[in-house]
Amino acid sequence: MEQNFVYDLIGENLIGYVIVAAMPLMFVLVYALVAILGELKISAWIQERLGPMRTGWKGVLQPIAEVVKLLQKEDITPANVNKPLFNVAPFIMFTGAYAAYAVIPFSSVFVPSGINIGLFYVFAVSAFAIIGIVMGGWASNNKYSLLGAMRAAAQMISYEIPIAIAILAVATLAGSLDMQEIIKQQAGGIWNWFLFGGTGSIAKVWVIPFTFALFLIYFIGSLAETNRVPFDIPEGESEIVAGYHTEYSGMKFAMFFFAEYSNMFVVSAIITILFLGGWQSPFGDFMNGPVWQSIWFISKAMFFVFVQIWLRWTLPRLRVDQLMYVTWKVMLPVAFVAFFAVAFWAMIK
Amino acid sequence: MALYDVIFYLFATIVLVSAGGVVFSRKMMYSAFSLLFTFFGVSGLYVLLSADFIAVTQIMVYVGGILVLIIFGVMLTTKITGVDIKSGTLGAFQMGIAGLASLAIAVFMIIMSMNTQWMQKDPLAETSTTVEAIGGLLFTEYLLAFGVAAILLLVAFIGAALIARRK
Amino acid sequence: MIETYLPLIIMLVFGFGIAVVFMLLSEWLGARRFTPGKVSTYESGMPPRGTARERFSVKFYMIAVSFIVFDVEVVFMYPWAVQLGTLGISAFIAMMFFIAILFAGYFWELRKGGLDWD
Repeated sequence: MEQNFVYDLIGENLIGYVIVAAMPLMFVLVYALVAILGELKISAWIQERLGPMRTGWKGVLQPIAEVVKLLQKEDITPANVNKPLFNVAPFIMFTGAYAAYAVIPFSSVFVPSGINIGLFYVFAVSAFAIIGIVMGGWASNNKYSLLGAMRAAAQMISYEIPIAIAILAVATLAGSLDMQEIIKQQAGGIWNWFLFGGTGSIAKVWVIPFTFALFLIYFIGSLAETNRVPFDIPEGESEIVAGYHTEYSGMKFAMFFFAEYSNMFVVSAIITILFLGGWQSPFGDFMNGPVWQSIWFISKAMFFVFVQIWLRWTLPRLRVDQLMYVTWKVMLPVAFVAFFAVAFWAMIK
Repeated sequence: MALYDVIFYLFATIVLVSAGGVVFSRKMMYSAFSLLFTFFGVSGLYVLLSADFIAVTQIMVYVGGILVLIIFGVMLTTKITGVDIKSGTLGAFQMGIAGLASLAIAVFMIIMSMNTQWMQKDPLAETSTTVEAIGGLLFTEYLLAFGVAAILLLVAFIGAALIARRK
Repeated sequence: MIETYLPLIIMLVFGFGIAVVFMLLSEWLGARRFTPGKVSTYESGMPPRGTARERFSVKFYMIAVSFIVFDVEVVFMYPWAVQLGTLGISAFIAMMFFIAILFAGYFWELRKGGLDWD
């Protein structure tokens, strides 16, 4: 409420709300182009080739060309699909992916909707992605799509539990579910980030292994949430072609595609907020103005987007039983133990 | 304030239309996916009632959990081999009984809601969040209920495993 | 509190609106050339066999049930996490009991092989 510079400029009225709601949209659209280019160029770099070179200088206009191409594609609705559900599913994916941006604080003076339970909200809206995928996969009336959708749903709900525990541990440390509050508690440089146990005396050293474990659990889980390698079994092209979006083409496919990239940023932003101080500068108060904050925030989050792309072109794909083994038998107990330690520390602190 | 009325009627319409879809649709998958919008609309109504925690819980548990379970459940059914799974219709006699029972319940609910002293709350009143109050009460006054919930969850877990196990 | 949620609701409308705009743009710009092969179900170039409406394994259902149990538990834990500082040791112990009861079920299920995927 008080933490939004737009309201200071034009007052807290409907126009202000609309502008605030539109700003993340601008960001997402630009981000999606950058991420597509990043995926193309980083994959090329890892595989020692050049990647797109013809559109613009060194191919930087390639994502725009891709968008134009997708817009010009014919909108094919295959004959055997369940038309209403087939057409609704991409909208649910798209809207759900965008909804998560509502609570992400880009700086101490800008958060689209500073609700008090932001962390809980972000975790909850990921449910829309699951439903969108199952809806699209089932409606496609295609064996690959259905298999991909069921695998995706099973995988996403399985990995949500360790993720929830990791989020919960940080909420315990911060004593709040408000994103801004969580970030404010990590003020004062890199050592006070929740990755290093948050603020406190040197006695916090014993808790650092546990916060590191939770950080890793969240990161691994977020890869599964966004169906990225090594958890891209739902889209494993060698077995099930393209998974739940096999039958989709043109703009409807683009919406699934956009949702995936948008979710990549969301999970990276959450990991930044939870463990790496969000918009806090790593040097305490140095370079910590509102503009610097958004630069820090976006660069930290983009770093994790980069890591996700990097992993995609580096790691092989897991098998489905390995995937379930990892989440239910390894990550879940480890997450609870680490959570127990962190909660204990938060209580005695 | 007019804006909040607009939002209320928007969500109320979503709830009513989609709930109608759940009940009247002959295809089970349509009913299941229609529930998504019902849950979403109800959670919007919760927000208008300043029950933010309940609203998000609604999305998280019902959309993320129950709905996925329902869909997986539909996919387990035997009648699935048809193109679209359909629910059967009742005969005229059963329909009459069901209609009368529903009508009685509806009349009862309407009379009850007319005669209840509802707690009036200004939608613009300054409340930050309900999470803290819920947390405070749950672990002091309602600790026993919380314990019972734990047992209930355990029973659900074990029961589901027993029913679903293959061997 | 409601006014904090207003931008959120507007964002949902915007998200949906931009999706509609993109769809309409694609409708307007996109080609439209109908061929029967194009609208047939994709099955690696072969004529589709059988049906995609097969019954699914109960494993998925088990995963969903386990998820709901943990999900509900997590919902209880969020208010607890926020209030831990004020409630202190008694709430901490209560929650550990809660988790212990859940984990009794978890280990039972683990031993019975309910979480195996094969």
